[in-house]
Amino acid sequence: MSDITFTIDGREVSATPGMTVLEAARAAGITIPTLCHHEKLEPYGGCRLCIVELEARGSTRLVVSCVYPVEKNLVVKTRSEKVDRIRKMILQLLLAHAPDAFDLQDLARQYGADRDRFEKEPSFCVHCGLCVRYCNEVKKKNAIGFVDRGIRKEISFIPQIAAKECWSCKECFPLCPTEALQAAYVLAKALAFPGDGAKG
Amino acid sequence: MGSGGMIVMDEDTCMPDVARYFLDFLTDESCGKCVPCREGMRQMLKLLTNITQGKGKEGDIELLEELAETAQEAALCALGKSSPNPFLSTLKYFRDEYEAHVKEKRCPALSCKELIAYYIDPAKCNACTTCGKKCPTGAIIGGKNLIHMIDQEKCTKCGTCFEVCPPKFRAVTKISGVPVPPPLPEEARTIVRESKQK
Ligand code: SF4
Ligand code: SF4
Ligand code: SF4
Ligand code: SF4
Ligand code: FES
Repeated sequence: MSDITFTIDGREVSATPGMTVLEAARAAGITIPTLCHHEKLEPYGGCRLCIVELEARGSTRLVVSCVYPVEKNLVVKTRSEKVDRIRKMILQLLLAHAPDAFDLQDLARQYGADRDRFEKEPSFCVHCGLCVRYCNEVKKKNAIGFVDRGIRKEISFIPQIAAKECWSCKECFPLCPTEALQAAYVLAKALAFPGDGAKG
Repeated sequence: MGSGGMIVMDEDTCMPDVARYFLDFLTDESCGKCVPCREGMRQMLKLLTNITQGKGKEGDIELLEELAETAQEAALCALGKSSPNPFLSTLKYFRDEYEAHVKEKRCPALSCKELIAYYIDPAKCNACTTCGKKCPTGAIIGGKNLIHMIDQEKCTKCGTCFEVCPPKFRAVTKISGVPVPPPLPEEARTIVRESKQK
């Protein structure tokens, strides 16, 4: 397959067709912040942190690099005043849920995001979907899912499946950028499969 | 407003409250997948609710504008991108209304319950006693030939007195952003009727 060449931050990079802008940037050693992205999982496009600016015919537009496919002659900027401003706001929105998440704190310092910009929200979950997608795409168990929609959307273990699968797996746990998954698991275990309590 | 709906508006319609109403509706429509829409709306709705309840703070309007930009520019789908429209379109033409709510704790449309008080204009009250009989909380202090007054502590702002005061008197008013005038002194409260003087 012939390579596609384009520029990121003024540097010429090459990629193979079908790659995303994020993959091409990483291959070239260029950093773009991400939260919901994971190499093993399908692109999701939920957190919008990986947003970048595209220049085409004199105008610019914003796209999320983890889902945007590379194209010949693209002109990508990974930072701009607008990109930084939006990333800062997204971080502040996430920090309302997970003020102590390490990855978020690092990025907050970099983008000048204030962890107290918004009142703290009761749930730690930032809805990155990593746990849900990992269980679905890699483990193929669907032991955890999202329930409800909009601002009421939350993660939830499916008790019948989780009671059988999770104790011996726990593979999605380290993916969670916050303490939400652990908390949800402890809660689900106590409520739905108390028999496991003695074991752990 | 970007949601295909139509509502009738007049000078009694409070624009920040209209924006809050539409946004509240949209929070159920959002799928909740992306941050600018789900979290942005969560915060915008909180800010607008606070503003309409007189709890708006300096800088809230600007913060709403920043959240609106984030949603417009970074949300995943058309619903999220247009979710700030009710706020942005009302702000564009009625910024002064937003500022009145935040800075003066005043609702110019006299519609936000937390920002208004019901007050009986002593010059207009004819002591017909209608409002006193209808007030569900017994907040109206009155009696025959006495100018009626509202006990603000007891008043739940249900608006009944405002509705029932006969159009020929129109003595019950709504006020906002100003303190309720003090009650009339006892001796000034009796209405002397000319017909009875003869
Ligand atoms: S621990 Fe449970 S939810 Fe997580 S991947 Fe394993 S089976 Fe799925
Ligand atoms: S529980 Fe953790 S991994 Fe799962 S969606 Fe929430 S923040 Fe992401
Ligand atoms: S607004 Fe309702 S509660 Fe208040 S004085 Fe009038 S009738 Fe009574
Ligand atoms: S209904 Fe109006 S005019 Fe009659 S007593 Fe009440 S306030 Fe006065
Ligand atoms: S990493 Fe691209 S949207 Fe989350």
